[in-house]
Amino acid sequence: MQGLLAIWGRELKAYFISPIFYALSTVFIFIVSFMFFYSLQSYTQYFMQVAQYPTMMERININEMIMRPLFNTMSFVAVLTLMPMLTMRVFSEEKKTGTIELLLTSPVRDWHVILGKFLAAFTLYTAMIGLTIIYPMVLQVYGDPDWGPIWAGYLGLVLLGGGVITIGLFASSLTENQIVAAVICFGAALILWMMDVAAESMTGMLGEVVGYLSVLRHYNTFEMGIIDSTDCLFFLSFIFLGLFLTVRSVESTRWRG
Amino acid sequence: MIEVKDLTKKYGNFTAVRDVSFEVEKGEILGFLGPNAAGKTTTMRVLTCFMPATAGSARVAGFDTFRQSLDVRRRVGYLPENVPLYLDMRVRPYLEFIAKIKDIPSRDRRRAVNRVIELAALEEVEHRIVGHCSKGFRQRVGLAQALIHDPDVLILDEPTNGLDPKQINEVREVIKGLAGDHTIILSSHILPEVSKTCERVVIIDQGRIVAGDTPANLDARLRGSQSITAQIRGPVNEVMDLLKKKDGVVDVKTRSSIGDGLWQYDIDVLPGRDIRSEVASSVVGSNWDLVELTTAGMSLEEIFLELTTQEEEGD
Repeated sequence: MQGLLAIWGRELKAYFISPIFYALSTVFIFIVSFMFFYSLQSYTQYFMQVAQYPTMMERININEMIMRPLFNTMSFVAVLTLMPMLTMRVFSEEKKTGTIELLLTSPVRDWHVILGKFLAAFTLYTAMIGLTIIYPMVLQVYGDPDWGPIWAGYLGLVLLGGGVITIGLFASSLTENQIVAAVICFGAALILWMMDVAAESMTGMLGEVVGYLSVLRHYNTFEMGIIDSTDCLFFLSFIFLGLFLTVRSVESTRWRG
Repeated sequence: MIEVKDLTKKYGNFTAVRDVSFEVEKGEILGFLGPNAAGKTTTMRVLTCFMPATAGSARVAGFDTFRQSLDVRRRVGYLPENVPLYLDMRVRPYLEFIAKIKDIPSRDRRRAVNRVIELAALEEVEHRIVGHCSKGFRQRVGLAQALIHDPDVLILDEPTNGLDPKQINEVREVIKGLAGDHTIILSSHILPEVSKTCERVVIIDQGRIVAGDTPANLDARLRGSQSITAQIRGPVNEVMDLLKKKDGVVDVKTRSSIGDGLWQYDIDVLPGRDIRSEVASSVVGSNWDLVELTTAGMSLEEIFLELTTQEEEGD
């Protein structure tokens, strides 16, 4: 346990020492801010237009019109661009510098090493996502957003991120080259993302299976403000599977040398 | 302390280590000698539980490296060939991190870190970023890292690789100081290194052990005969006769006069015989001057080359 915590702490510090985290979070916040500003603007314009029709007014919804596009952007930016860059160094760098030999010959179980690294990336990701809580707070000052769906959206985002982190860890454990790791992670995440589109063009059982595997579809229910146990379970098993594969991959480095 | 039995390690079709067996007693320093890519690092990686063996077994401190891996890892300090450093950390926090993953309880951690900083003489750089330290200091940080949990067994892969002569000496002194309490295996392809620090040498080539003994015995075992070089001032023929009559002498040759009546004699002796004192007393007894008397043993370097080239010829 001590080993797990030590690795978690060291990883977290490593993220803050390197400029990667600062660069990524800056880009992330910049994009999300832009999206927030844009949604807010179109919302106010729309609001002005329909203000004279009371029936239309009932259909206007801050959550739907501002928070949903925001969650969409965040999930897209975070998962497809930030994650690969955040996780690419996790094992690749250790393999390249030889510190992996230190970790694997220390009295720490393999899965403690992997869990420690996962938790560090996850903590960082959650912190990054946490920064964006400022936007619903701004809405709270000037409007009356419903916080239920917002929390649900954040839960979805956190679970989705956790899943993609495990893909990144797995990719990173496969190679010494950070760029290759990032590309693998990006590719895998993109495929999972696009399964939704693929599912629509397929019919019958196959379409259903592919649709079920689509990350986007499960994430969308959270975005709508629905916390469904199916989707929670989907993401939890996704994370578990990713960690399991990473443990196996690291073990296999031992056999292959 | 360390028992290796019929250890074989394959990478795909390539056999890196083949049926290697050896033992190391408690407190002993064993030198692992071999050219690059001979299987030294692979053997060490098996001993440190970095990778399992393909066949055969290795036990360290009574624990099997495969089945009781965590127990072994708790008792082994390992300095890999590429010193495993986090270059962006400072020396002290790095060692504190190592102390944590080596399972040192929090109350002893500070003491353990202080101990190795003193042992490896790192006081000067303890607050410096590891990546900014010189190669010598990095190597010593690596050594400190291996020693932090006061392991019974130390496995050092080319500990003096890439250091300058002064640094080599410093590291060598640290290693020598550790003998006795710790069982040490160190590998090297640099020969004087091994003969200076190790009590016993195992020579490994192409995955196989080709010889294993003390540096002195290896020397004796390898030669058909030993030879002695003597510089004696006296009548050449009489000296030759006297030397040839000695028991155990195979052949005597003189090379040339060094001048002033001084001659150099190469005396071939049967293996295992040391006739230096007899030669000395009879030369002095005949009222000649004995200026120099040395055994001209084959250096480890020659043995090493001979063994490894023999192996090549055998293939």
